[in-house]
Amino acid sequence: MSGITVYKDKCIGCSLCVKTCPFDAITLVDKKAVIDLDKCTLCSSCVEACRKTNAIEIIRETTRTPDIEKYKGVWVFVEQKRGVVQPVAFELLGKARELADKLDVEVAAVLLGHNVKEKAQELIERGADTVYVADDPKLEHFLDEPYARILANLIRKHRPEILLSPATSIGRSVVSRVAVQLRVGLTADCTALDVNLDERFLLQTRPAFGGNIMATILSRHHRPQLATVRHKVMKELPPDLSRKGRIDALTFDRSFFTSRTKVLEVVDSVMATVNITEANVIVSGGRAMGGAANFKMLEDLAGVLNGAVGASRAAIDEGWLPYAHQVGQTGKTVCPKVYIACGISGQIQHLVGMQSSDIIIAINRDASAPIFSVANYGIVGDIFEVVPLLTKKFKQVV
Amino acid sequence: MIDYLLTEEQQMIRDLARQITDEKIRPVAAEHDKSEKFPWEIMKVMAQSDLFGVYIEQKYGGLGGGVFELCLATEEFSKGCAGIAICYSASALGAYPIILFGTEEQKQKYLPSIAKGERLAAFGLTEPAAGSDASALQTTAVKQGDHYVLNGVKHFITNGGDAEIYTIIAMTDKTKGARGASLFVVEKGTPGFSFGKKEDKLGIRASSTRELIFDNCKVPKENLLGKEGMGFIAAMKTFDMSRPGIGAQAVGIAQGALDEAVKYSKQRKQFDRSISTFQGIQWMLADMATEVEASRALVYASAREVDAGKKNVGVHSAMAKLYASDVAMKVTTDAVQIFGGYGYMKEYPAEKYMRDAKITQIYEGTNQIQRNIIGLGLIKESAR
Amino acid sequence: MNVIVCIKQVPDTTEVRIDPVTKNLVREGVKSIINPFDAYAIEEGVRLKEKFGGKVTAVTMGPPQAEMVLREAISLGCDDAILVSDRAFAGSDTLATGYTLSKAVAKIKDYDLIICGKQAIDGDTAQVGPGVAAMLDIPQITYVRKINDVKDGEITAERSTEEGYEVVQTKLPCLITVVKEINTPRLPSLKGKMKAKSAVIQAWKAVDIEAEPDRIGLKGSPTEVWKIFTPPARAQGQIFQGEAQASVDQLVDSLKGLLY
Repeated sequence: MSGITVYKDKCIGCSLCVKTCPFDAITLVDKKAVIDLDKCTLCSSCVEACRKTNAIEIIRETTRTPDIEKYKGVWVFVEQKRGVVQPVAFELLGKARELADKLDVEVAAVLLGHNVKEKAQELIERGADTVYVADDPKLEHFLDEPYARILANLIRKHRPEILLSPATSIGRSVVSRVAVQLRVGLTADCTALDVNLDERFLLQTRPAFGGNIMATILSRHHRPQLATVRHKVMKELPPDLSRKGRIDALTFDRSFFTSRTKVLEVVDSVMATVNITEANVIVSGGRAMGGAANFKMLEDLAGVLNGAVGASRAAIDEGWLPYAHQVGQTGKTVCPKVYIACGISGQIQHLVGMQSSDIIIAINRDASAPIFSVANYGIVGDIFEVVPLLTKKFKQVV
Repeated sequence: MIDYLLTEEQQMIRDLARQITDEKIRPVAAEHDKSEKFPWEIMKVMAQSDLFGVYIEQKYGGLGGGVFELCLATEEFSKGCAGIAICYSASALGAYPIILFGTEEQKQKYLPSIAKGERLAAFGLTEPAAGSDASALQTTAVKQGDHYVLNGVKHFITNGGDAEIYTIIAMTDKTKGARGASLFVVEKGTPGFSFGKKEDKLGIRASSTRELIFDNCKVPKENLLGKEGMGFIAAMKTFDMSRPGIGAQAVGIAQGALDEAVKYSKQRKQFDRSISTFQGIQWMLADMATEVEASRALVYASAREVDAGKKNVGVHSAMAKLYASDVAMKVTTDAVQIFGGYGYMKEYPAEKYMRDAKITQIYEGTNQIQRNIIGLGLIKESAR
Repeated sequence: MNVIVCIKQVPDTTEVRIDPVTKNLVREGVKSIINPFDAYAIEEGVRLKEKFGGKVTAVTMGPPQAEMVLREAISLGCDDAILVSDRAFAGSDTLATGYTLSKAVAKIKDYDLIICGKQAIDGDTAQVGPGVAAMLDIPQITYVRKINDVKDGEITAERSTEEGYEVVQTKLPCLITVVKEINTPRLPSLKGKMKAKSAVIQAWKAVDIEAEPDRIGLKGSPTEVWKIFTPPARAQGQIFQGEAQASVDQLVDSLKGLLY
């Protein structure tokens, strides 16, 4: 029977579970943990907190994918826009290759779009053994329904054990629908992936609770295991021109392309010349920027470093930059190689959106600003003095 | 804070006003203080939240509360910005003469839009030569057929220029002195009614303060509130209702400054420890907190007395306004002191509270006038 | 136009902290709030109602205390509220949650549009909205930053993308997920708060929505949390103070090999 159990003989009444329960569902009665099942959501935080004592267990009884052992191979859903394969696809192929080699299976890439056939070879050079290509004018723009329908159909037919998709606005939309159609598990926004070779399940690690904790998620009994993966965390492989692979050009019945939704127009924002989630370097400004015109200074610095300009919520709320530039809890989560925070105090809502960046540089006049606690490097000073000097200095060395 | 045993409805008003203060007012307070821009966007939020109607009867679209409910909202807003708070409470000051002396018809005409916050109100008494001495009014209203013709200048009028509905005191019979004053409703846009320049003030800079200029301004005779000659009495009765509101504003300013001082004293390190660990600071904070609570208790008690319909509430409402505003001045000055050099800088919040506090000792009757009211009241009572 | 808004009660993750000794998540004293993105969903639903008439129904799945966010939704302008709550739902992952909510929506039946926040701040998955749409087999527009038009059984909206946005049109009924840019949520009104206090919240259990036992709760959830751990703390950084030029020189020197 599914459910949560406290082993009274093991419980030492340490109250760790009480403190950790997100739902206030646990109390100590006679120095033993008691769980209020009306409040408990079986989130397993307490099981984790009790790991040393092992007095709490969640027993799960679940359904299984039939013929689970017949599912083989690691797939990547390749994101393209206007026929251009997005860099995150190469990152996922790099990871897929690593996982597939451990599992001793093949890597396949799924490429949907229009006039994309010729991109298939590059996917092989980047680690794919097979590329499934559906090239059709009806697939020119991303549309949830045909994309999900085709993906689900291919999965049913070829039975991969893993499908990786970018955690982008497209990937998150379409794979969520695929998961429902196949009735399998999907883990969002993974930042680390590995496989357990004994049971061949995917260890999917992702931040939760605003990045305060990391959780490793499994889908033991269902195949394929679907995961969306963040930008800039997986390593792409250098192109290997000698790699050979198979390109499978697919044709589908017209019924696959029907969509109740249509794209009327695609508009790229003026300043988003570099997409902040794809950028290697991000220069962000906060309230201390004082006005929209002052962002020119950050553009200059970003220009030298070939980076993009971001902003804190305060700056976006002032209307200094469009929302597409917002980094943080209600904006975008980014993890560039270098993040330069200019005049951003570092409220937790901002930190959760950028703290997984490789290198964080903070410039702020207040030495006690919380941003310095996550910064690898910091300069205490006036941004209007420091940033132009920094731009000048980088111009000399870069 | 002492538990003042608020009703559930009163708690809702306080909580909602607090939410508006934290989410909408605080982030823009410094900017409005600097730019002197009228806070229309905040007025809209207050209106959408039904707060302009807390003291107005339900049949006119309000929530049916009274002065106490008005005080609760004003106090919360003042914690964030007394300038923005006064835009709110000055509308009530303009509305009270209509509530107190308006006919059913006049109430139906003006109160619903004031309760919804669609139109702001303002009260016009003060003139260049008539401040504390209200009997020296120069503005005249001469009856001509079915209307009155107003001439004269009102100045230092809060919400002047931004309000739509003005309650104005003018002399209908100069020979009778204070007994010759009458009260009128004048709407913005009435021909002959214009505004002077906006005043550049020490504090409450988010609010607008302007001259009202009446140049042969024709006002229909239906706009007379009460009877001719009642103007001065009406003004005094209005102030009896509104003084607890000024007291509440002062309590809010003082509490806001105190909260900032406590927060800062915990952060600020000198001699390797937070300055809040020093007894000298703790004693200052203790006195500040005690005085704020005492003034709150006095303000609440007087507001509740007004709402209970007691007669002769003037002395107590004067005490509330006098004490709370003097406390606000003292507490905000001490808050600046606790902030030290930073307290003197506009980048930190302390000095604004001190500038905002000063006006509460001056307007709606200077504290000297309040003492007169209290003193006279004492003598009268002892003569009974 | 009848709108269903799916909302979630979440811990205010900005208040969550890690116990420095045990490394556990400390939730003591952390407030429960409406998921911030759902506040935009509520506001958009209420605005549509104000423009086109109809009503807005707020739905949440969660423990009994999640009723609180439904009352808040009413104070913000929603007309009806439904709490989908049952011990049998405990342990639901996004698949089971999507299923459960879709069954609740199916029971409500009469709707033109479902609005969800783009994601919840505790899980950050963004999977439940599209999941509900897929279960109901209705179209979806995710990451909506603006509704341009609703007429003749169709909705036109701007969908945010990484580069900008696209204008998308689809047939009603459909589901949209919204981003912060779409509106500025109003604060509650006093009249709304009073209505919320006395409102009757319908409570639906698994049997009420005819949910299949195999598809809800733990049993209906293919994914499980295997391990929770605290991310490694960042090492203390190097902070340069003093003269600006000197600080800049030192910083750029330290970045040698990283950026150039």
